[in-house]
Amino acid sequence: MTARSLESGAPARERAASPSLWARIWQNDAPGYLFLLPWLIGFFGLTIGPIISSLYLSFTDFDLLTDPNWVGASNYVRMFTNDPKFLASMRVTMVFVIFSVPLKLAFALAVAMLLNRGMRGLPLYRALFYLPSLLGASVAIAILWRQIFAREGLVNDFLSIFGIVGPSWISTPQYSLWTIIILAVWQFGSPMIIFLAGLRQIPQDMYEAASLDGASKWRQFVKITLPLLTPVVFFNAIIQTIEAFKSFTPAFIISGGTGNPINSTLFYTLYLYQEAFGFFRMGYASALAWVLLALVGLFTAFSFLTSKYWVHYDD
Amino acid sequence: MSTPIQIRQLVKAYGDIEVIHGIDLDIDPGEFTVFVGPSGCGKSTLLRMIAGLEPITGGDLLIDGERMNDVPAARRGIAMVFQSYALYPHMNVYQNLAFGLETARTPKAEIKERVQRAAEILQIVPLLQRKPKQLSGGQRQRVAIGRAIVREPRIFLFDEPLSNLDAELRVQMRVEIAKLHNDLGNTMIYVTHDQVEAMTMADKIVVLRSGVIEQAGAPLELYNNPKNLFVAGFIGSPKMNFLAASADGAAINVAGNTIDVKRMVTGATTMGVRPEHITLAEGSGIKLADIRVDLVENLGGQTVVYATTADGQPINIVLEGQRPVELGSTVAAHIDPARIHLFNAEGNVIQG
Repeated sequence: MTARSLESGAPARERAASPSLWARIWQNDAPGYLFLLPWLIGFFGLTIGPIISSLYLSFTDFDLLTDPNWVGASNYVRMFTNDPKFLASMRVTMVFVIFSVPLKLAFALAVAMLLNRGMRGLPLYRALFYLPSLLGASVAIAILWRQIFAREGLVNDFLSIFGIVGPSWISTPQYSLWTIIILAVWQFGSPMIIFLAGLRQIPQDMYEAASLDGASKWRQFVKITLPLLTPVVFFNAIIQTIEAFKSFTPAFIISGGTGNPINSTLFYTLYLYQEAFGFFRMGYASALAWVLLALVGLFTAFSFLTSKYWVHYDD
Repeated sequence: MSTPIQIRQLVKAYGDIEVIHGIDLDIDPGEFTVFVGPSGCGKSTLLRMIAGLEPITGGDLLIDGERMNDVPAARRGIAMVFQSYALYPHMNVYQNLAFGLETARTPKAEIKERVQRAAEILQIVPLLQRKPKQLSGGQRQRVAIGRAIVREPRIFLFDEPLSNLDAELRVQMRVEIAKLHNDLGNTMIYVTHDQVEAMTMADKIVVLRSGVIEQAGAPLELYNNPKNLFVAGFIGSPKMNFLAASADGAAINVAGNTIDVKRMVTGATTMGVRPEHITLAEGSGIKLADIRVDLVENLGGQTVVYATTADGQPINIVLEGQRPVELGSTVAAHIDPARIHLFNAEGNVIQG
């Protein structure tokens, strides 16, 4: 302590002699800022900058080739009044979110409860079940998925055992979105790991007390496990909902970037991508992006506002 | 109304490791029985086997004469109070109390009545709408007991229910649980590692060690006639003094002294004397040894003397009232020979 204050005594005198505040900051804090620099450049240059400029571009007719012209709110007006594709893609994404998130969470919770029964080789199973989440969003898996659900794919091979001739699931409008929903549900690993950690936090003697009271396994699940797990359910639901709104790769690969058949897999993000990089309507695509952000923000805010009625925090 | 429990050659094993080694025990109807012993002695395991939370490996458990080994916990007519209280944090006190009755599909009006009655007994009526996190430790404990009461079980089981409370509250709750037993008259089994709880609450104390019963009996029976060194050392506070001894006939060599206990005690290797039975006054009993005073604690109502015998063995004495005992002085300790306990090399008591 003493040694350190002696050491810092010398620069303190120098500082007092130096005239400028900025020079002083430079002398003392420059190494710190230098270490922060790569991150700061990334954050301002690659994150904040594009966000702000896209907000500006959403009010222009920017097309990458000519300078952007200010068009006011007309991009937004067109979206809500005169763009059937916007509504179609919004519908697809909403259906995807509404079905894939609860299904994925339910599946993740079911597997987590299975794994929580204290089995041998748990770390191995945990890793195996987590694997799809690592692979799932990749291009390779999306291609694989296309093969599985194609007319001559694995699913139809399996069905043919029972004499059923299945359609090409990915090119039938009624089913195509569902193949992508199944793909999303298959990537249940990350919520599962979090559920598993949450389940571990529930004291065993609550279940013992309940079983002494004669509560069945189902009643224990409904009355104890679920309520005590609500903070984790809430967290997973928010994260997975945001992920689902942002989902892009599977639809892009499976439909070959078209969103077909008849726009049944035209995800909102896919439509945004088409507008931006297919038709170079950067202004309109920026407006689409900001509507998506607002939507996700609203959804999250709504979740937080309702959480006090159904999320039980233990402290 | 009250329910007897019989335990016959009860065994618990986890794989090849046997932890309860064939226990026999009779618990009379309405008796307050305390299982006591050091941690790892099997007292909680035994309780959980009675509750139905641990499968029974061997032997028989009879409740009211009926074999219960394979009856599910919920149908044994028992209620249990857990060390952690195990209250459901997302339910308020009323819902916690009502949970078991709702599970049993009791009519709503009856649930309300029974919860109200239990809450009145435990004086927690103003707390019914609160969540467990808004309660103090003592209040949580009451709710946990209330949850047992509302079910009107045949038998109450308590698994170290007071160990999470501070000392003062523990004494208070101890009295309340004893009072509850008097009021309800149910058979109760209570697990603790605290021998003071055992002494103050029990009709019958069961001292366990390493999965066997060392001794079972009324508290004073265990205090006055411990069957072995373990029970002698475990029951009583402060702990009984143990002095190395050698005996021939009725004459015992202890701490360089030879004393006559007026009974045949050949084979004794350890002499046990309770701190509260030793006096420093001349003429009360026989002289035990000369001791050097190392430390004196004046507690007001008692004076505790920590001393050493001439051959270096520690000996503690509890004297009633406030006594002037000089630090470093050597004094003569006396004892009534009838209160001397003698044990052989195996640790078993030598009957006089």
